[in-house]
Order: sequence, then C-alpha cells, then structure tokens
Amino acid sequence: MDHPLLIASTFCFFLGLCHTLYTLRTGSRLAVSFHFYAIACGFLLQSAFLFSRGHALGRCPLTNLFEVLVFLSWSMVLLYLVIGPAYRLSLLGAFTSPLAFLLQLFALAMRLDSAPYKRPAPNPWIELHAAISVVACGAFALAGVAGVMYLAQERQLKTRRLRPMFFQLPPITALAVANSRLLWTGFGLLTAGLLAGFAVGRPLDWEKAAALCVWLLYGGMLLADTRHNVGPRKVALFSVLAFTLMMSMLWGINFLSEQRPL
Amino acid sequence: MDVICLGLSHATAHVELRERFAVPASELSRATLRLGSVRAIDEAVILSTCNRVEFYAAAERAEDGFDGILQFLGENFGLCGGDRSIFYRYDAPLSIRHLFRVVCGLESMVLGETEIFGQVKKAYGAASAGGMTARHLNKLFQRAFRVAKEVRSGTSITRGPVSVGSVAVDLAEKIFGELASRKVMILGAGEAGEQTARALFSRGAKSILVSNRSHDRAAGLAAELGGRAIHFDEWDREFHDLDIVISSTAAPHPILTREKLAPVMAGRKNRPLFAIDLAVPRDIDPAVNSLEGVFLYDIDSLQAIARNSIELRRQELSVCEKMIERHVADFSGWLAGAMAPMAAGS
Repeated sequence: MDHPLLIASTFCFFLGLCHTLYTLRTGSRLAVSFHFYAIACGFLLQSAFLFSRGHALGRCPLTNLFEVLVFLSWSMVLLYLVIGPAYRLSLLGAFTSPLAFLLQLFALAMRLDSAPYKRPAPNPWIELHAAISVVACGAFALAGVAGVMYLAQERQLKTRRLRPMFFQLPPITALAVANSRLLWTGFGLLTAGLLAGFAVGRPLDWEKAAALCVWLLYGGMLLADTRHNVGPRKVALFSVLAFTLMMSMLWGINFLSEQRPL
Repeated sequence: MDVICLGLSHATAHVELRERFAVPASELSRATLRLGSVRAIDEAVILSTCNRVEFYAAAERAEDGFDGILQFLGENFGLCGGDRSIFYRYDAPLSIRHLFRVVCGLESMVLGETEIFGQVKKAYGAASAGGMTARHLNKLFQRAFRVAKEVRSGTSITRGPVSVGSVAVDLAEKIFGELASRKVMILGAGEAGEQTARALFSRGAKSILVSNRSHDRAAGLAAELGGRAIHFDEWDREFHDLDIVISSTAAPHPILTREKLAPVMAGRKNRPLFAIDLAVPRDIDPAVNSLEGVFLYDIDSLQAIARNSIELRRQELSVCEKMIERHVADFSGWLAGAMAPMAAGS
C-alpha cells in the first residue's frame, strides 16, 4: 500500500497550514525556513507516492480522480519550489501548503481511490496530454494562491485596515507579476497538453472538451489583459474564480466519465 | 561583587538635564576610563544617548559604587549635592532587569525601537576596548544582547511602523517592493512632506521632484534632496511616470481629483500610485482611492496605523517581560554564585 507515503506528505502540508494559521493569527514572524522544509518534505513524499503508484500501474498515475488530485497537488508544489525562491515569493509557500493539504485531505477522506479500472494499453500521447494538462492546472492553482494573496493585500491597502498579516505578505506589484507569469505558464503547458491530446486523433470526449473550455477561458482572459489591460485586481479575481470553476469541472468530468480512466 | 546602574532618562529628566550629563561619542572612551579609575569601581560602561545617560558599574559594595559614580559626576560634570536625587539607582537584580529592558527597547521613548541596541553595543564596545569591562560586565552585556535578539525574534515588539514617515515608507514598500527605482513627487515644500520624503529617500527612493507655489523654496528643497524642482503649474504633467506623490500644500480645495487622475491612471498600464495627503484641508479628493491602482492615505489614516502599531507593541509587552524575567533570574543566580566565594573570603 502506498497510502502511508501520501498520509505522511499530507501531514507535512498540515504542519505548514498550522504554521500559516498561527502566523496570521498572532502576527509573529513567519519562519520561512520551516515552511520550506515542510513543503520540501511533503513534496519528496508525494513524489515517492506517485513513483510507487506509477510503478505499480505501469503508466502515469492519472487513472482516477484520487490520483489526479495528488498529481495536481504535486505539480503545484513543484512549481512553487521552482518559482518561489526565484521571485522571492517565499511566503507563497505559506499559502501553498494549505491548498496542497486540502487537495490531498479531500482525496484521502472522500475515498476517491477506486479499484483499478480495466484500461486500454497505455498510450504515451494520452499520458503526455494528461500529465502536462494536470501540471498546467498546478500552475493555475498556484496563480489562484497568488490571486488570493493579491486580493488580501490590495483590500488591506485600500481600506487602510492593516492586519498583522499585512506585514507578512509580499508587495502587491510582485504578486501581480507572479500571478500573470503563472497564468501564462499554465496556459502554455495546457496548450502543449491539448496538442498532445489531439495528436492521438481520438474523438472529442468530455475530458478534451473540458480541457478545451479551460484553455478558452484562460486564453480569453490573457488575450483581454494583453489587449485591453484588464488590471491586476481583475486578473487576481479571475485566477481565484477560474481555478474554483476548474476544480468543479474536474469533479464533473469524473462524474460524467464514470468508470472511464481520465 | 554587585552590578549597579545610576542614570537618568527621558522618563525622569528633561532634555536640559540630560544634555548636562551627556557624554559625546568622541569622549566616551576617555570618560569610561576616568569612571573606571574611581577607587570603588572595578568595571564601568557609560551609555549616553539623546534619551538617556546611564552609568553601569561592577563594585564590591553597591553603596560605594554609587558614591564613586557621583564623585565622578561631581568632578567631571559639576554635580552638586542637591542634584544627587535626580538620578535613579539600581543594584542587582534591578540593574540587570533595567539593562535588559533598555536593550530590548522597552524603556525607549518609542516602545520597541531598535536603535538602542546599536547604541548599547557601541557603549560596551568602547568600555571593553579600553579594558574597563571584565568578568561581570562582559557577561552582563553579552547576556543583554542575547536577550534583545531573543525578544526581537520571538515577539512582535519591533513590528509595525510607529511614525507617519515610517508608515509611509512601509506602505510604499508593500506596494512597490524595492524603492530604488521609484519616482517621488513632493507637492508643497512643507516640513511634513519633507520629512516623509526624507524617510522614503533613506530607504532608497532616488528620483525626487519638488513642486511648490514658491519655486525658490522648491528649488532649495530639491537641491537638498538631490532632486529636481518643477513649476507648480506643471506638476500634473509628470504624473504619467510617477510612483509616489506626497502632498502638503495650503490649497483650500483638493488639487488632485478623481476626474483629473482617472485618464492618467488609464495610461499607466497597471503601475500603482501611492498618494500621501498630509494637508489639512486635504489636497487630494478621497474619491481617487476608488480608482484601481491608487492607494490614498491622508494624515489621519497614517497616524491611525502608527497608533495601531504602538498598541500592538504594547500588547507584546507582557510576553517580552516574561522572557526578560527568565534571564534576570538566571543571571542573578550566576551573580549570587560569583559573589558567594568573595563573601566567604571577606
């Protein structure tokens, strides 16, 4: 059983969540190193889980909603570990670990890890399509996290009611830049994922249709921002709402595709 | 051996009195040497800042030590008999607690300020370099620095800006991040605006424009800050690439309105504008705050944030005191242990 690895990983993110809540409540200084190590440990355990699952299945572990959620959480954390230090957005980790915790807790608590399906033989293009698409969702998830931070910071600045967390959050200009870059990264990855999906030549199904809708949604927003300068506030709000919508769609696809592998 | 402290501070003496006993930085080493050469005193450190003058000493008997410091003050500062009561006097453990509180900024005029840490370090450094500290004061001051670091990292006592200038700087950094490449405009060359601009300048803001009804005054301030003066009827032409505007003119009506700013903001491509209105009556229409990317703060809101920070610091006081008490008890225990063999020998 590979669940103990995932439970241990979820516990690491839970520690991050507790630390975030404590920091926000008390206004005490955030121990960035604690967060980094909690996330890094959680990531290693996630990776071990996915490796073990993939090894057992003999294919990319994206065969049910449970695995998709774990893979999504892994992608988000991977992107955070890559971009967080680069953009000096270490505090993004404080908000990333709670989301990773919630995704994995949901996957574990809802008993989504159904029995293995009878699947067709692995197709590398379909696996590539699925994997890249989920990593794109990870970038969108992280954009949503940056969006929440932007909106929180902007609201405090506008209302002039500064809570203890205000001094912990990064500057809004840095958050706006990170948000925009994450959206572009996710969009680029999703485009590549869709191309890989269409390369198989399989007819349009629920999953592809949903991926196409997400692509159009994010693409439309990025186009509008490029052409008409939508503004960082609306982009941040969009990041949060679009990610919520995407997660609902993921649940819907799982429901509609019933016993079919994703 | 006892550790004693004799001094006066902003809480106990007016500036006229404090300046009478202040020791200039250039004189600190020599003054400490003179204090250390008093017969009853074995070790000595003089702390002299604008808010306090304190003499720390290690002496066999506390009373002899206090007399020794007073003798030093009489010889060097003309202290007469009647003035002796103006000083507070602490022996251990009160002296230990007092030093720890001072280094942590709990005795400062601005609660939790950190400048005092560096000042105590300098005072100790001067005494130590002159050979005026030994076993007791070395251990006491090193412990004090440890306590201060612990208190600073473990509590929020230093958190939050506590003056209008520092609030403005903190807000600017939360909007823009680094201030080095930011363009600042001062409208009205008043003192409040100048002080705020200086605070931004001290954190790296480089490009400063000054505009005032009297152009000469604007030119004078611009020269002082290394900026550029612009004529008062031209200031709005600079808004397209401005990041921070500090306004403190004597205009009877708002000079910057939503209608005036909205088209400018539309052309700035997501570049935020931080508007600081220090004028009464206000120079900037409050409605500009509703524009996306504009963050307007008037004097009341800046002062409210500063007051809130002070209140937050006050709430941390009891936590800090508990941390300090632990160290006071520990150090007092060590001092009592160090004193015991001497008492047995005498």
